[in-house]
Amino acid sequence: MIAHIIVTPKPVVNDPQGVTVRQGLASLGFREVLDVRVGKYIELSLDISSEHEARERVEEMCRQLLANHVIEDFRFEVIRDGRR
Amino acid sequence: MKFGVVVFPGTWSDRDCGWVIDQVLGAELIYLWHKDTDLKGCDCVILPGGFAYGDYLRTGAIARFAPIMELVGEFADRGGLVWGICNGFQVLCEAGLLPGALIRNASLEFRCEWTNLVVERTDLPFTSKCGEREVLHAPIAHGEGSYFADPATLSRLEQRGQVVFRYCDATGRVVPGANPNGSLHNIAGIVNARGNVLGMMPHPERCSEPELGGADGVKLFRSVAGNAMKVLVS
Repeated sequence: MIAHIIVTPKPVVNDPQGVTVRQGLASLGFREVLDVRVGKYIELSLDISSEHEARERVEEMCRQLLANHVIEDFRFEVIRDGRR
Repeated sequence: MKFGVVVFPGTWSDRDCGWVIDQVLGAELIYLWHKDTDLKGCDCVILPGGFAYGDYLRTGAIARFAPIMELVGEFADRGGLVWGICNGFQVLCEAGLLPGALIRNASLEFRCEWTNLVVERTDLPFTSKCGEREVLHAPIAHGEGSYFADPATLSRLEQRGQVVFRYCDATGRVVPGANPNGSLHNIAGIVNARGNVLGMMPHPERCSEPELGGADGVKLFRSVAGNAMKVLVS
């Protein structure tokens, strides 16, 4: 299985990167952009064949290491990689 | 009195801390490698500044899994003195030994400059040689030093008096203009509820001799040296 994980700053956490990117977009003429939040994308290849098990394991990985619950939220999807 | 300075791959302020302990204070110094499985009898463990494990993923996120950190956690549980400076503060937050987190500076810039810090606690082993609300002159050098905690945690810290240092102006006023990184409540350093684990972003080891532009930092090292023996370590 492959896991695609998105980690984002919590809504209550200031995101100066997002603010700066929004300003950059505005200076290019993209004035319709109201807000930008910059996060991270993490991709995992897993030696697991059960989707249920993969979801449980990835959830635990996010809780223990990949995201910091004080400042970040996470979400993910798991998909078959076609090789197993 | 024996100080242990932890060295992770990527730590950069270990020798600065060691110099102050060894040359300025004349106290016993030992370097602790991140893979060590013994704290070698030290009375205070310092987690110094730097970029432990490259700060990959998040600052301090990987360092927290180093073998030595399990010992540091147990040492803290027994009441031992643990002092995180800059990256060390970030590691302590990731390890859950201190609440909150350090995030990207509001300016997005790496800030390397002198700051003023008002000392809000002088009853701690780390600050006993400071005066009441004394203003310390100390440098910062970080890109991710903006202290964040959720509102409930923040109000608990304030109620319990766990904020030890706040960025202030030269006269000790805690004003937005004195905040170099966007930290909530101008927080520069906090202590755990028990008072034996301190985390701070400024670098006292870089202002412990007049030749470096200021010697206020040595007051913290002298406080620890004078108090560590009184702290009960079972």
